[in-house]
Amino acid sequence: MSLSNAQWDSTAAPRDEDSFLKGVKDCIPTLLGYLSIGFAAGVVGKTSGLSIFEIALLSLVLYAGSAQFIAAGMIAANSSTTAIIITIFFVNLRHILMSAALSPYFRHLTPLKNMLIGTLLTDETFGVAINKAAQRQNISEKWMHGLNITAWLNWAIANIAGAYFGNWIANPQKFGLDYALPAMFIGLLVLSMIGRRKIKLDILVAIIAVVIAVAISTMFSSSLGVIAATIIASTIGMAVEKWK
Amino acid sequence: MEVRWSIFIIIIGMALVTFIPRVLPLMVLSRFKLPEWGTRWLSFIPISVMAALVGQEIFMHDGKIDFSFSNLEMLAAIPTFLMAVKTRSLLGTVVTGIISLMVLRYFM
Repeated sequence: MSLSNAQWDSTAAPRDEDSFLKGVKDCIPTLLGYLSIGFAAGVVGKTSGLSIFEIALLSLVLYAGSAQFIAAGMIAANSSTTAIIITIFFVNLRHILMSAALSPYFRHLTPLKNMLIGTLLTDETFGVAINKAAQRQNISEKWMHGLNITAWLNWAIANIAGAYFGNWIANPQKFGLDYALPAMFIGLLVLSMIGRRKIKLDILVAIIAVVIAVAISTMFSSSLGVIAATIIASTIGMAVEKWK
Repeated sequence: MEVRWSIFIIIIGMALVTFIPRVLPLMVLSRFKLPEWGTRWLSFIPISVMAALVGQEIFMHDGKIDFSFSNLEMLAAIPTFLMAVKTRSLLGTVVTGIISLMVLRYFM
């Protein structure tokens, strides 16, 4: 990684690629949320009987917040291996849509390089990346790795810290820290709408998505809620834009 | 290394079924030229995903809809949202959200 002066030059031309280090910096808003949720995930893992090594492995290779809580609960309840894996598959299926939405920006890369980008895709890194895409019309590969790897290591450190210190801290969800990620999504939602200049249609799509997500979640599961809301609301958005 | 074999299998299995949806569209769709309606459809995914996630987070409690004034996450969303509109700073919005909820929990 070369530290040229270009990356400190905020007035650089749009064709100038964002650096790895810029990706690390743009990850900062996610850090607090990951630290608090990751810490909680470590604590929950510990209380469900997992060792610190198992928690470290889980956070590094599964790397998915809600799925880790569900997995810990199911492991503690002695659920079958098959049942756990199938459940987690459905919980994390929503990434399919995020991966698809990012694909136009990495068209110039080989499948292997795309795989490396997708491996560390989460709700939050997707949000930050798509927001970057809206601002600059492109996403730099180096920047994406900077964002991904920072979030990933931060998550693992938080998990291990939770597993290690969890016994001494009664309630890691104090102080409103558990609101860091919802707040970040509120910010990302507002920013992406401002960037797109289709505000009326975007608000309509967002409201439809909220209604469907909440309705489906009460009847089935929250991950199915996100998937159904995304498919239906995006389809309506596409149709309205086409027939207006 | 104290990783039990049974747990190791579960972790690897979960990682695999999580990995595939994360990488497959990126690997496959980048090979094709998508039709115009496809790109248009994809352009609405970010808004929908984020709205769905926020909606679940602030309007639901333990799997139930909660529009009452005791739903502090919903109330804290108001200053958070205003801060996002006003400053357009992601970090500022996160900090506002945390402080709003902390203050609400303290007083209610």
